[in-house]
Amino acid sequence: MSVGVLALQGASAAHVAAFARLGVDAREVRAPRDLDGLSHLVLPGGESTTIHRLLELFGLRAPLVERFRSGDLRLFGVCAGAILLGRENGLRPPRLGLLDGDVERNAYGRQVDSFTRPLHAEVDGLGGLRGVFIRAPKLGALGDGVRVLARDGADPVLVEAPGVLAATFHPELSGSDAVHARFLAREVDHQPDALRVV
Amino acid sequence: MSEGRENGAARQDYELKVGLARMLAGGVILDVTTADEARIAEDAGAVAVMALERVPADIRREGGVARMAAVEKVAEIQAAVTIPVMAKARIGHFAEARVLEELKVDFVDESEVLTPADAEYHIDKHAFRVPFVCGARDLGEALRRIGEGAALIRTKGEAGTGDVVEGVRHLRRIRREMRELAAAPREELVTRAKVLGAPLHLVTEVWERGSLPVPNFAAGGVATPADAALVMALGAEAVFVGSGVFKSDDPARTAKAIVKATARFDDAGVLTEASRETGAAMAGLAVAELPEEARLAVRGW
Repeated sequence: MSVGVLALQGASAAHVAAFARLGVDAREVRAPRDLDGLSHLVLPGGESTTIHRLLELFGLRAPLVERFRSGDLRLFGVCAGAILLGRENGLRPPRLGLLDGDVERNAYGRQVDSFTRPLHAEVDGLGGLRGVFIRAPKLGALGDGVRVLARDGADPVLVEAPGVLAATFHPELSGSDAVHARFLAREVDHQPDALRVV
Repeated sequence: MSEGRENGAARQDYELKVGLARMLAGGVILDVTTADEARIAEDAGAVAVMALERVPADIRREGGVARMAAVEKVAEIQAAVTIPVMAKARIGHFAEARVLEELKVDFVDESEVLTPADAEYHIDKHAFRVPFVCGARDLGEALRRIGEGAALIRTKGEAGTGDVVEGVRHLRRIRREMRELAAAPREELVTRAKVLGAPLHLVTEVWERGSLPVPNFAAGGVATPADAALVMALGAEAVFVGSGVFKSDDPARTAKAIVKATARFDDAGVLTEASRETGAAMAGLAVAELPEEARLAVRGW
């Protein structure tokens, strides 16, 4: 297992710290060569338009998608990272289309509408999570292969599909490393064909 | 509501404010005065824009009282982009800050670039839901602002000059003072708080963690991709660029180049590419030649 955190723009340091608390030395990913040998990669919170622009500028978008589709890279998208993983919807920024679900940007409003709320877990091991939502996106329609792990009220906020985990809140700022532990607990296990959005 | 719950709610609000500041790390925040400039900034990859009436270089040149941007100007900029929109309020002018909060700007900059409204006191920033960023020249000033509720600190530098020397001085000073504090024995903390002019609980927090409790960005005089890379390498977590982009000869090119250099500040190859791709920088004013009364960084208490 080799864990990386995309560190072009955004709150990458908090993820590196979360992995360190779990005893894992995560590397920062800034260039295509940093993807070599990586099994797990976090796309952190930040500004999704900026991160997308930088992924393209530094030639990371194509190898990242290719590594994922070939089945040897597991991805965890947080907030802006979750937006980037979602289905292409014609809106900015362009999405990578690696999660079979709609992710709507700035869905709760502006910063004064940001909030913290306890979440409801739908699986064992994620009880008592606190959801820190900062200019957060919302998950819309989800494909059949996408499993909801936690909700805020009725809204899914943490979902999983083969090879991909996505959170609309910030587990790295919540005081619990349970979500990061779940990301690491499963070795690469996905079947990329099942994920292709038709 | 009990006092305990109120404290809990305030703590959560503060966590959300600092959280947004953390999301801006590695990014460039650009001063803009129109919706068109805001779109150029967003397209170039800026993480946020700062709405203001005039960029610092023009405030310096034209003089007069510099105030919060007009309400319709802020609203026009908010409508033009989807990235966070910040706006400046005068030091101590909590009524301007209330207007900006009502407009739902994402961050208020209580800024020395505008004409101060209060010659003794800053805004009680804990009283707001909107987060604040404030300028600082040294550790004591940074901790006073954090004590008042600032969720983000930026160096003051010397805005509107295109001369990075003051921003570098402030970054180095804050880091040096943190190193010295972290090395001090516990019995010195009260006296050090007195000398710094900073709240003891925050001095103790810096002593324990060896860093500020909020992010520290650079601002003031950044005009080129290499300037941005310099302040990032000196420990700034992101960069504010004021006059440097829209006073350059090709703002879109300059903005893209500064965004590129900031994201990969430690890679000389990328920095060289960015320096090749940038427009001609603003002419600039050497801070050493500025008379004392023309300096903006001395504003703030």
